[in-house]
Amino acid sequence: MNGIPMEHGLVLAAILFALGFAGLITRRNMVFVLMSLEIMLNAAALAFIVGGAAWGQPEGQTMYLLVITLAAAEASVGLALLIQLHHRFKSLDVDAANRMRG
Amino acid sequence: MEIAFYLSGLVAVLATLGVITNTNPVHALLYLIVSLVSVALVFLALGAPFAGALEVILYAGAIMVLFVFVVMMLNLGEQTTAQEKAWLKPRIWLGPALLAAVLLVTLVATLWSGNAGRMISGEVVTAKAVGSLLFGPWLMVVELGAMLLLAALVTASHVGRAASPDKPESQAESAARKEAP
Repeated sequence: MNGIPMEHGLVLAAILFALGFAGLITRRNMVFVLMSLEIMLNAAALAFIVGGAAWGQPEGQTMYLLVITLAAAEASVGLALLIQLHHRFKSLDVDAANRMRG
Repeated sequence: MEIAFYLSGLVAVLATLGVITNTNPVHALLYLIVSLVSVALVFLALGAPFAGALEVILYAGAIMVLFVFVVMMLNLGEQTTAQEKAWLKPRIWLGPALLAAVLLVTLVATLWSGNAGRMISGEVVTAKAVGSLLFGPWLMVVELGAMLLLAALVTASHVGRAASPDKPESQAESAARKEAP
């Protein structure tokens, strides 16, 4: 075997993305929802790296840096929202916060 | 290199399955860390050592430590695990799993019919090339990333503050109303 076909890397990214998607729409606990979002972002980053490696160009890793920046921003805001959810409703169920209050 | 890629890819998929099926938040987090470290090994096998190192330092190091801190702060115990077990019944997860499987089949079929046909030789793209691209033609994107992080910092410190904002604000508001007439 001489190298990895590009499709195999992209299929791995697709599998991870689908697993994260399944977790995202199955779970009601916000900790698990945020973890599934991290999995999906990581799968997208993996697809960027695979593309960059297939063409031997540094753009893939540069886009990966931007994705990881986005993931850090998303995690910090999401965890702050998680703490507020726990403070206000004493629960991590995202359905507890489905009422709008004007 | 091929063996490293396929083995760590397998570990990543299995650990991710562990994340989405686990009922204990701390165990799920540890599975997620295993998954991220094996994705870092995939990056190394693909010839992107800079991205692999960043994955370990930033994802498995910083972001996951943040998650672990928050989960420990919330003190989730037996009650959460029992509730997760009650929520995770086949009747509930079967539909979403089916939808995700259909999405996966569509993605894989599209990839296979796309006929990209490129081989990844594992040639290393160094951090030097990434840095000279990032701080050359892509400089504006770095600035945008910095602004995104600043906005996230401000939002997190505003949303995540300890006191419930309702009471002091409404008191201040009623005081202002009293003063107005």
